[in-house]
Amino acid sequence: MADNNDQSTRRDFIHVASVSAAALGAACIAWPLIDQLNPAADTLALSTTEFDVSGVQEGMSVSVVWRGKPVFVRHRTKAEIDEAAAAELSDLPDPQTDADRAPRPEILVLLGVCTHLGCVPLGQKATDPKGEWGGWFCPCHGSHYDTSGRIRKGPAPTNLVIPPYKYISDNIIKIG
Amino acid sequence: MSGPKLTNPVVRWIDHRLPVFTFLHHEMHEYPTPKNLNYWWNFGSLAGITLVIMIVTGIILSMHYTAHVDHAFQSVERIMRDVNYGWLIRYIHANGASFFFIVVYIHIFRGLYYGSYKAPRELLWMLGVVILLLMMATAFMGYVLPWGQMSFWGATVITNLFSAIPLVGESIVTLLWGGFSVDNPTLNRFFSLHYLLPFVIVGVVVLHIIALHRFGSNNPLGIDVRGEQDTISFHPYYTVKDMFGLSVFLTIMAAVVFFLPNSMGHPDNYIPANPMVTPAHIVPEWYFLPFYAILRAVPDKLLGVLAMFAAIAVLFVLPWLDRSPVRSASFRPIYKIMFWVFLLDCVALTYLGAMPAEGIYVVLSRLCTVYYFFHFIVLLPALSIIETPRSLPRSIGKPVLGGGNGIPAPAPAAAREKP
Ligand code: HEM
Ligand code: FES
Repeated sequence: MADNNDQSTRRDFIHVASVSAAALGAACIAWPLIDQLNPAADTLALSTTEFDVSGVQEGMSVSVVWRGKPVFVRHRTKAEIDEAAAAELSDLPDPQTDADRAPRPEILVLLGVCTHLGCVPLGQKATDPKGEWGGWFCPCHGSHYDTSGRIRKGPAPTNLVIPPYKYISDNIIKIG
Repeated sequence: MSGPKLTNPVVRWIDHRLPVFTFLHHEMHEYPTPKNLNYWWNFGSLAGITLVIMIVTGIILSMHYTAHVDHAFQSVERIMRDVNYGWLIRYIHANGASFFFIVVYIHIFRGLYYGSYKAPRELLWMLGVVILLLMMATAFMGYVLPWGQMSFWGATVITNLFSAIPLVGESIVTLLWGGFSVDNPTLNRFFSLHYLLPFVIVGVVVLHIIALHRFGSNNPLGIDVRGEQDTISFHPYYTVKDMFGLSVFLTIMAAVVFFLPNSMGHPDNYIPANPMVTPAHIVPEWYFLPFYAILRAVPDKLLGVLAMFAAIAVLFVLPWLDRSPVRSASFRPIYKIMFWVFLLDCVALTYLGAMPAEGIYVVLSRLCTVYYFFHFIVLLPALSIIETPRSLPRSIGKPVLGGGNGIPAPAPAAAREKP
């Protein structure tokens, strides 16, 4: 390989090789130092919640705690369902049909977290302001959601999220 | 510029091996400082002393504080009610944060007025902006610790800013939280970082001062020091002046700590955090309001977040936006006016950040936000070209052009003047 008048190249190789090895080593140790910030195993283990929807009267809305956040379970009235179904998709900033969002139209299940910066929108209590579309209103920066939890006006970019859930019996949902 | 005359043999013995006494003498005693500094130059040392006050009170609070969601609020209430003088120490720390920002903001506007960011002090200025950013992070995380409603929802909204980042935003937020919402892991890491960052600030302050002592302080005339006749030694002249300023500052701070301790806080933070209910009107601490107003002024989530960060980032490049060779606004007739307009704009943004985001407030926030960036990005580069500065004095010792005419320079200085 390299002979005497090529000394510098061999030294350069040693330099590059050792710096690369050190960089690789640093990257390997950096990941555990960063990943420890992510949710721990016990935090992940707490991530399902079960709830009996039969207790929610028509026109009523209940907040259930899931992963430290509220999940809204709303038993919608006929009028609210009709209103949600009637919305023109072209009027929606984040177009989605009501049927896609609520497979069982009376029971709407939503993550009660504004998609703007994470406040809990108002509209769960009868006395709360519900916004211009009769669903929810986020007081933090003024986002209005309709009776399907879709964003209609304000800074929030997307509809209220539908958490993953399924019916494990006729009336019991398992969220998460 | 000779070394100190060390008479004590023990001091001499130590100094020979570890020259701390020579160093201190050089940097804090004989250190030549422009002789024309006005009171706006007091705020640097005030900021340093406030940092020390924050660290001392913070370490004491940590001895009684419990970083756990079930105990944090109660431990702070216990500090207030049961710990001897706990109320005093907490009120000094909580109000101290506000005073720290008041002092640093004045310090920054002093720099803007007198052009202290210009060559050769660009790095000094940029280190200052780094300190500001670290202070903001520290104060934000400190405010989360008492775990009241504002703590919790402030933390939620601010950490959610990162969710605006495309693709990886949500993962970053989960990483910051250590869970699926602001919760116990979040509180613990915030406490850890809140303890750490002030010491990082101390480190950057040291760099800031090294950079300062390279060329010395700027001065109200904004012209370079020409020689010994333009300077006086730091001690006793400025140590005494700084001590006087400090006593005025501490008097005002004591008045607030004893008589208006909650005036700069928000009453909702005396309600324990409730992750299920957001307070009807959430506002950040007053020192974040201008940036909060900029965030809300932009109707798009990602662009709003970017504008907010850009509002600080623009300060980093300020030395290259303002190309005017004249530092002090005293000699820049147009900039002098625009400085006050800009200050007014910042005050307006502070006010608007506290108002609900609706109606006229939204319109005004947008106007003020546009003006904020217009000032830096359009006005300053343009002024560097179109403005005709007034003629500068020849030296600090001879503040009037041509010397001798008009106001005569103070006699002792003139006497010391070299040919
Ligand atoms: C740059 C310096 C610092 C700033 C700007 C700052 C800011 C703050 C703020 C705004 C609060 C909330 C006060 C309240 O409303 O109750 C706070 C709380 C706290 N800080 Fe600091 N802090 C600083 C340095 C430190 C240091 C160095 C420590 C520890 C060594 C510390 C420990 C604490 C503790 C334990 C609390 C919770 C108790 C309480 O809320 O009163 N701080 N800090
Ligand atoms: S968090 Fe709901 S509008 Fe900003």
